[in-house]
Amino acid sequence: MTVPATVPLPPVTDPVARYCLALGDDALVLAQRLGEWLSRAPQIEEDMALGNIALDLLGQARTLLGRAGELEAAATGTEQPSEDDLAYLRDEREFRCVHLVQLPRGDFGFTIARQLVFSTYQHALYSRLVGSADDVLAALAAKAVKETEYHREHAVQWTLRLGDGTDESHRRMQAGLEAVWPYVDELFADDDVAIEVAGSGTGVLPSSLLSGCEPVWVDVVGQATMEVPTPTAHARGGRDGVHSEHLGYLLAEMQHVARSHPGATW
Amino acid sequence: MTRVTSQATTDLDAVRRAVCDVLDPEVPVLSLGDLGIVRDVYPETGVDDDCDVVVDVTPTYSGCPATEVIAASVVRAAARLGYRARVRTVLAPAWTTDWMSAEGRRKLEQYGIAPPSGRAPVRGPVPVTIASAAPRPKCPRCGSPAAEELSRFGATACQSLWRCTACAEPFSHFKAI
Repeated sequence: MTVPATVPLPPVTDPVARYCLALGDDALVLAQRLGEWLSRAPQIEEDMALGNIALDLLGQARTLLGRAGELEAAATGTEQPSEDDLAYLRDEREFRCVHLVQLPRGDFGFTIARQLVFSTYQHALYSRLVGSADDVLAALAAKAVKETEYHREHAVQWTLRLGDGTDESHRRMQAGLEAVWPYVDELFADDDVAIEVAGSGTGVLPSSLLSGCEPVWVDVVGQATMEVPTPTAHARGGRDGVHSEHLGYLLAEMQHVARSHPGATW
Repeated sequence: MTRVTSQATTDLDAVRRAVCDVLDPEVPVLSLGDLGIVRDVYPETGVDDDCDVVVDVTPTYSGCPATEVIAASVVRAAARLGYRARVRTVLAPAWTTDWMSAEGRRKLEQYGIAPPSGRAPVRGPVPVTIASAAPRPKCPRCGSPAAEELSRFGATACQSLWRCTACAEPFSHFKAI
């Protein structure tokens, strides 16, 4: 990695680049959260499962951030920020991820509840992005749609096991759903960037994905003998860079080495 | 650049063979050719003056950690023939286990990993069940078709973990994707 002239990086302005950043930041930040489970999951198989899911998300983030850098450089004529520059050298306010992915990992019930929501959303998203006017987004989606199908299956199976399991697993799984649901709506909120790129056939309108996700949740949660929560408040602001306190700590840990030793390689 | 383009195509064939013989670092019985991830080998045409040939490689999974090692091995394999290669990552069309050769499937089974069963699944409705929707692999040790899934994710992103109910041995299965 070469050291950019300005640290932190200036804001990304190209709409498609910003769209790629939003999707890439979701994947990158959730990959960090899932990685925290390594050596701490209830079973060693789950260490590997959550670690593998994190790795898929990290791979998707690398392509998305790399594409964001390419598009931004082409649109503005400035030097191209690398995927590493964008991951390590942006400040918190320049991250475009939703609140859902930045929440602390919680217990296993919470993590599975979040996975159920996010993998269903991502699968619906990539299913549509295969038709994107952007070649890189379309190619990434064709691969990622298969990966997220495995992620979703993993979350569905655990939701069924925990919800329809013991009294304690049922209680904690339902509590996980209750904690996650106020953050669901933000995933499907149409922000200015999404509206613009959906109009040009490059992106997908987030609100158009909800009808494909809700029936899955109702079905799975119902069969798991639980109830889909009906929250009264909904998170907002992640796509505009307004985050919870949790993201700052996560980024501090993730960016520490890169910022302390600019340009270091091994 | 001119060095290769001025030579007969057999040189490119030699590079292709050498590159296809490179072994996967995570499943070292499979070659890149067996996996079907080498998509093309062709002369460099001016993008990078320090290279003679370009090798198009399609990653198996978005986050496959072997990607960089594979690229470095490809460059070394070409260098042994006197060529300077550049690896281009090609995302489309996306890799599928359907591209794995019959020879590759045989080698996997001998190595103790059940090869991908059948063709990659076509997407349908979300299966809301604890039972695995995937077709059951045969035990690579005793050949029994009776196996139970322990985990959808195994030692690498491309494998799942199973146990044979006949011989009781656990084994890995290369997932169809």
